[in-house]
Amino acid sequence: MNVAAPEYRYHTLVVTVENKAGVLARVAGLFARRGFNIESLAVAPTDDDLFSRLTIVVDIESAPLDQVVKQLDKLVNVVEIRELHPGYAVERELMIVTVEAEPHRRDELVEHLDRAGGKVLSVGTDSMMLSLVGPPKRIDEFENLLRPFGIVELQRTGRVALAALDGEH
Amino acid sequence: MTTTPKDGGQALIRALENEGVDLLFGLPGGAILPVYDPLIDSSIRHVLVRHEQGAGHMASGYAHATGRPGVAMVTSGPAATNIVTALCDAHLDSVPLVCITGQVPLGAIGTDAFQECDTTGITMSVTKHNFLVTDAQDIPRTIKEAFHIATTGRPGPVLVDIPKDIVDPNNPHSAMEWTDDVEMDLPGYHPNIEVDPAGIAAAADLMRAAERPVLYVGGGILKARAAEALRQLVEMTGIHVVTTLMARGAFPDSHELCLGMPGMHGNFTAVTAMQEADLLIALGARFDDRVTGRIDGFAPDARIIHIDIDGAELGKVLRPDIAIQGDCRLAVEALVADFSANGTGDADRSAWRSRISGWQERFPLAYEPWGPGQALKPQYVIERLRDLTPDDTIVASGVGQHQMWASQYWNFDHPYTWINSGGLGTMGYAIPAAIGAKAGMPDRMVWAVDGDGCFQMTAQELVTATVEGFPIKVALINNSYLGMVRQWQEMFYDERFSEVFLSKDVPDYKLWAQSMGCEGMRVDDPDEIDAAITKANEIDDRPVVIDFRVMAEEKVYPMVPAGATNWDLVVPPSQADLPR
Repeated sequence: MNVAAPEYRYHTLVVTVENKAGVLARVAGLFARRGFNIESLAVAPTDDDLFSRLTIVVDIESAPLDQVVKQLDKLVNVVEIRELHPGYAVERELMIVTVEAEPHRRDELVEHLDRAGGKVLSVGTDSMMLSLVGPPKRIDEFENLLRPFGIVELQRTGRVALAALDGEH
Repeated sequence: MTTTPKDGGQALIRALENEGVDLLFGLPGGAILPVYDPLIDSSIRHVLVRHEQGAGHMASGYAHATGRPGVAMVTSGPAATNIVTALCDAHLDSVPLVCITGQVPLGAIGTDAFQECDTTGITMSVTKHNFLVTDAQDIPRTIKEAFHIATTGRPGPVLVDIPKDIVDPNNPHSAMEWTDDVEMDLPGYHPNIEVDPAGIAAAADLMRAAERPVLYVGGGILKARAAEALRQLVEMTGIHVVTTLMARGAFPDSHELCLGMPGMHGNFTAVTAMQEADLLIALGARFDDRVTGRIDGFAPDARIIHIDIDGAELGKVLRPDIAIQGDCRLAVEALVADFSANGTGDADRSAWRSRISGWQERFPLAYEPWGPGQALKPQYVIERLRDLTPDDTIVASGVGQHQMWASQYWNFDHPYTWINSGGLGTMGYAIPAAIGAKAGMPDRMVWAVDGDGCFQMTAQELVTATVEGFPIKVALINNSYLGMVRQWQEMFYDERFSEVFLSKDVPDYKLWAQSMGCEGMRVDDPDEIDAAITKANEIDDRPVVIDFRVMAEEKVYPMVPAGATNWDLVVPPSQADLPR
């Protein structure tokens, strides 16, 4: 098991579980009763219908990571746990956001969006709905860029992650 | 049951038979009703309890005494919630139980139907695992999985919730095809028992070099059936042993290397030896707060070897120098093999041994002798009980002062003779646990040491004991108080006693016992103690209750106050001025 470098407050666990009723409740309940904090959680079936994969971002200031992993491992429905060191994971998150966009500010907004690699999903009379997929840090930065325009509504998925391929960061 | 099961209810009973279940503790009701019909034709004996909590604790007592999983079966809703305490108790003490609960029919789940509750949701955090079975065909596999999970790795309670329609022969949902071979499907459950040889070698090296080593033995040694291996290890190495509340009897109290129980009410030598040790070898123990006292002052000079079947225990409380995940018996045997091959080292422990014997001489367990006009001394009652009963008597206790005195003053020379609620501290545990133990070990004498507060929580199970023919004996250590709470209020709340006095005269325990079909006695005079115990020992056709009227002012010593370190152990007043 990798040991968390101290500069990272959050670690990502990719947890393969049996795709059965109540498994998410078992995982969430374990975090709650052991006092572990979840920063974000994403869950969906894998390519094999029998299993689902959870991407859990854990606040390792709330509990030592190895306690979190060992307690998770005791859940009977948890099949595999991979700890992704932040430096060696490919992480992506999706954000959908509705931003105030009066006609005279739209060019500026679209410029930001293009530079970030996002998309316009819908245009209203004085607002626009945008989407962006990227590493969580880039989503954070883009969110901050949008703030001065006026965020009407925002939803992020929480991150999903896989281990980086050889040497890739 | 000899015919091939055709429905879920029959399949459930057959699956339990196939697991070797001989006794089932339970109480029927609406949702579980269809399973009680094929039970009539089964080889399994059912014990009808008076409250579902009793069924759970009986299953627990049975498991402690026999080493086999205890099985309870109750209905849905309030029955399921009534057994939650017993499940949580078993979870904290790692007791292998399988609990079957009835559930409302599948179609009614989620509709707030009569006697519906979210049993798997409620019990998720107090079981090792639980199942909601939704297809009659899955019943045999689920039962097999439940027993496997309950009894392997770190044992624990497993609950199987079964909707009524899949066991009701009048409902088409119950149809199933029985096969004798079912495969378990547990892709995420692989308990590891093998121990890492490199860890064992490193541990043996530390043990050889240690000048002040202590073996800190917990309940895991008993769960691993490792008492014999432990004895070999101790005799080979000459290392002293402490046995925690959950491990009393895992190493004989009468052995010269046994220091007895450590912890909040441990004896001075056991507590202090751990504090002063340069090496603690924790075997199936979990550094519980009741053992360590304030953690930042615990055993400051000790290096730690921690061996446990549950990897999550390693490093949970303290970071060990050597952590070994695996079965305690295999680990102890591997250590024995290492010492056989490589010798036990030549560390000089003579100074350590003489310090230990000095503590033992100055600080034995002690209480003020009885004086005329006083009520009985509870410690004396337990000493007489200890001396007048067979060596292999099984003792079950409730929770509180009587539990600590029983653990302190009994002489446990055999494993599996001490049954109590350690982790959860469940008042009322003694009587049902004693019944479960007697049911599993009918040829052994079984005494429950109970308090009067505890007795009033589960005494109704003595009706079960009488009717079902389990002649247990109850030593009621009756001080008319919630004694342990009283002790804390006396010592830490300026003797301001708040809601701890029960009643001197109500209930009349002798009459209550008699009304439940038991022999009832009351003892007020120390001279009557022996005769009462002797008489109780001779009665084997019904349960016995002896109401021992003891002093309310008596306190459990030694004591580590809550929040204090183990250095601040409070000894009895007679030892307070002795040099430590």
